[in-house]
Amino acid sequence: MSNFVPMLYSVWDSDISYSFRKSRVAVISALVLLAMFLTAIFAPSIAPQNPFDIAELDLFDSELPPFWAEGGNTAYLLGTDTQARDVLSSIMHGMRISLLVGFASVILAAVMGVTLGLLGGFLGGIVDAVLMRIADVLLSFPPILVALLINGVLRGALPSSAQAESALIVLILSIGLTNWVQYARTVRGSTMVERRKEYIEAARTLGTGKVAIMMKHILPNVLGPVLVIATINLGMAVLTEATLSFLGVGMPPTQPSLGTLIQIGNEFLFSGIWWVVVFPAAALAILVLAVNLLGDWLRDALNPKLR
Amino acid sequence: MFAFLIRRIIQAALVMLVVASIAFLMFRFLGDPISNLLPEDATVQDRAEMREKMGLNDPVVVQYGRFIVDAAQGDFGQSYRNNRPVSDLLAERFPATAELVLVAASLALALGIPLGIYTALNPRGWLSQGLQVISLLGISVPTFVTGILLILVFSVSLGWLPSFGRGTVVDLGWWTTGFLTVSGLKALILPAIMLALFQMTLIMRLVRAEMLEVLRTDYIKFAKARGIPNRMLHFKYALKNTLIPVMTIFGLQLGGLIAFAIITETVFQWPGMGFLFIQAVNFTDVPVMAAYLVLVSFIFVVINTLVDLLYNVADPRLRAEKKPARGV
Repeated sequence: MSNFVPMLYSVWDSDISYSFRKSRVAVISALVLLAMFLTAIFAPSIAPQNPFDIAELDLFDSELPPFWAEGGNTAYLLGTDTQARDVLSSIMHGMRISLLVGFASVILAAVMGVTLGLLGGFLGGIVDAVLMRIADVLLSFPPILVALLINGVLRGALPSSAQAESALIVLILSIGLTNWVQYARTVRGSTMVERRKEYIEAARTLGTGKVAIMMKHILPNVLGPVLVIATINLGMAVLTEATLSFLGVGMPPTQPSLGTLIQIGNEFLFSGIWWVVVFPAAALAILVLAVNLLGDWLRDALNPKLR
Repeated sequence: MFAFLIRRIIQAALVMLVVASIAFLMFRFLGDPISNLLPEDATVQDRAEMREKMGLNDPVVVQYGRFIVDAAQGDFGQSYRNNRPVSDLLAERFPATAELVLVAASLALALGIPLGIYTALNPRGWLSQGLQVISLLGISVPTFVTGILLILVFSVSLGWLPSFGRGTVVDLGWWTTGFLTVSGLKALILPAIMLALFQMTLIMRLVRAEMLEVLRTDYIKFAKARGIPNRMLHFKYALKNTLIPVMTIFGLQLGGLIAFAIITETVFQWPGMGFLFIQAVNFTDVPVMAAYLVLVSFIFVVINTLVDLLYNVADPRLRAEKKPARGV
């Protein structure tokens, strides 16, 4: 406890923190993101309504416009959909699922990419060659297409009864398995640089095993760029999830993410209830924009050339 | 140059072989082709006959060989969902996607390059600043959201343009085109804008960055010092070198357009290959998925190879690198 305050101070005083406080864009995006994360985490307790509990839905309140429009009701700030679900509550719950899929797939991709990149860069030879050829092939296709294919294969491999419950896992896997390449390439590159340095030579002379050298000595030194990739990747993962759900191969309507909500709203475009589609779309766009802006800032802040 | 060409073609063939193998694995091990193709009440004997007829009793290697040979001839078997040859389905849908991608790509280039040049030459102008903000939005707002907004404004509120389908198309026998009728052209506007928007912002940002870079180089400074007029400096000397990387990226993005067309086609219910593919994914219609994968990969590989070759032709520095360097 005694060194907690100095530690806090050194974090506050670091270059990164200074650059963060100086960048208005970064501070605002971070605040927006923080608010969205908290909303997502506590959605079940702070949402005005539980959109999945039929007992709470009152069909007389369906298709209400937002509260400021004529006929709106302040109990439903952003209006209700055709089944009387509160749009605001749906967005809160949807954001929870979108962010869950986003984070889980980023973690999956990062762990997989870092491990494979470390192995390829350190061992070299055939392991490296095979890994990099796979990476080349994957990179030559647009990520959305790869994710769609993996998604299709996984869903095909499951019995149709299990598809609804396993949608979350399938999405995480298909997005994670699509995005590991970037991590692997970066980590492989920096591992190859680190591998030739003297401290690794020293560790080897001391008889340290290969695994220990990779985990203890190389890994901490190649993790820096991974953080930047992960941040930018989070935006992409959320977007990919939304796209897959929008295309109807992601989260089912019983457990909607932001993409599913937009898809549902899209079906009612011509009936004039625009709020069912516009608000989830805006939430998604703000979320992705904030992540991207923060990622851009982080990339510049960690880039020694720009200091 | 010739050796390079051969190397690129071998590389492309390898990629195609890998893709075909993935397609084969999907086809062979994903779901049961027999129960998908036969009616529910088929007898055991029917199944055995079908199995023999499709050659599913042969060794996997033989099946693989047959799959590759058939695929090379464009034969991908029957669709599980509507019991028609997959190649017919794709051939029917191909013109719709091709026209959409063509129009979107032209739109992206025709707007992206001039806007990029403008923002590079007048970086402080209010129009440039505005365009930068719009391009940031263009990259963050998901394409399907842009499409929905376009429909909301131009179809629902204003009622100017149709929101789904291709309108009336003219059948030329081997190709159906929407270019020849008014309703076909009107139906094309919104999907093409949606598909082009993201690419346009990308090209704009790229041209701007490249142009700013080129304008800082020594040869431009020298040209300026010699008193060459600005217009000539910008458009004769700077633009040429700006466009080389743009060409490469655009080539790669053309493949991306085909993939993104999946989303556009879903939003506008455009009867193209992407819409077919997404329905196939939804119903696990493996032959269609496999055929789409192979076809799209083929298009990608061809484009990538062509771009690489063009790059070599357009940029003499790349050719010089192959020879031993003279001096330093």
